[in-house]
Amino acid sequence: MREGLKSAPAWGAAWRDAAPGPAYDVVIVGGGGHGLACAYYLAKNHGIRNVAVIEKGWIGGGNSGRNTTVVRSNYYYPASARLYDFSVDLYEKLHSELNYNIMFSQRGMITLAHSRHDMEAAVKWVGAMNANGVATRMLTRADIARAVPFLDMSADARYPVLGGFAQEKAGTARHDAVVWGYARAADRLGVDIIQNCAVTGFMRSADGAIAGVETTRGTIACGRVGLAVAGSSTTLADLAGFRLPVSSYALQAFVSEPIKPVIDTVVLSLATGMYVSQSDKGGLVVGGGLDHYLSYAQRGNLPVAGNVLGALAEQFPALARVRLLRQWAGIVDVVADSSPILGRTPVPGLFINCGWGTGGFKAIPAGGTLLAHHIATGDPHPLAAPFSLDRFSTGALIDEAGASGIAH
Amino acid sequence: MLRLSCPFCGPRDEREFHCGGQSHIQRPGPAEAVSDASWGSYLFDRINPRGHHAERWHHSFGCGRWFNVLRDTTTHHILAVYAMTEPVPDMVQSDSVA
Repeated sequence: MREGLKSAPAWGAAWRDAAPGPAYDVVIVGGGGHGLACAYYLAKNHGIRNVAVIEKGWIGGGNSGRNTTVVRSNYYYPASARLYDFSVDLYEKLHSELNYNIMFSQRGMITLAHSRHDMEAAVKWVGAMNANGVATRMLTRADIARAVPFLDMSADARYPVLGGFAQEKAGTARHDAVVWGYARAADRLGVDIIQNCAVTGFMRSADGAIAGVETTRGTIACGRVGLAVAGSSTTLADLAGFRLPVSSYALQAFVSEPIKPVIDTVVLSLATGMYVSQSDKGGLVVGGGLDHYLSYAQRGNLPVAGNVLGALAEQFPALARVRLLRQWAGIVDVVADSSPILGRTPVPGLFINCGWGTGGFKAIPAGGTLLAHHIATGDPHPLAAPFSLDRFSTGALIDEAGASGIAH
Repeated sequence: MLRLSCPFCGPRDEREFHCGGQSHIQRPGPAEAVSDASWGSYLFDRINPRGHHAERWHHSFGCGRWFNVLRDTTTHHILAVYAMTEPVPDMVQSDSVA
């Protein structure tokens, strides 16, 4: 308390703002949640502490600071269910793992069905999720009216609600805290976190393997490199000389002025793709679909903003006059089957974690664990094996596009 | 809001259009000679550039016809609009169009 009133002179920085060293065992490119988590698990689980995380801007300034903080595992296929449920399980323990309050709030997520077809799909999804060990349950109209009192459930609603389903252990977490928690924990295990350091090229040995990275702050030698750069994955793959099945799109989000508590869960509408939760500060956090053309501009377009906010105003009429505080966009890495790409690349020693598309935040602890495992052991973690890059030539896609009702 | 010039209808808001993704993708063949890797690459790999991108657009809520657009993915500047059968215009020296 005393330190808080004095701008905290004695608390010091939570991690060192390191300068690049000449050489590391492993360099992780990307100081977002996934990259920092990977560095932390390399040090913690595998004892590899001579690690640098290099970030072109500041840590957590990309999609880790641009998401809508939702954590869930309501996916359709067994491989996805295992992966995302593993991540939610890690989130449940993350505050004690990192000794950092990540404000993980398992307030549940309710998906709304608006037609007979939505209801049929919901029954199918709930059946699959429960069969995969992800507990979800069907909700009646009355259940939803009770749980989400501000939702327009009237007989003449533009989007009538017939029912829905819920995953109770889904929720939200404080996104900055996840980044800062991993950064502090990784730093204490000896990881160098190097900001304002953009990769400009990769050094290769005579046999083609990774020998280091060239950056705006000089060259750094290393034996292995992990990429965790979301929407910039193609740009770095171009530098390394291979192609990815990734398209980069802008995904918008919105937050309102703080209001009194009105929504104590996460609500997603299958009809409009709009979803909303309320932060602990009282702001409504709203998201929806992608801007459907390639973009590296971290801002969204007006038509999609209109669709998302129009849906909010239509489905929650009492919230129609609430004013927005902020609107922003992150550049997300979308893959044809809406599943991540995890593991080795055509370049020996270069490993990748990308393709999380619109849903990377929820997967941070899992993405970090699995990338660290692959870098440290040379073999994919069993959870990561189905998500290898070669699935696009073998045809073993894990097509989650629309399979779990999220507008990817 | 983008303002796209449909070659058939003139300038309209982006709401009237649908982007069909990367243009000029060549299907490999003959089919029996195509490896799994090159077929997968044809189906899924995209150039996804930070900068100029040649892409197909469809005037869905207008004339219903397709055309090509050369657009900058960092600024959203429209550098050229051209027919489906034309090659990508050489815009190396004319970045300032838009």
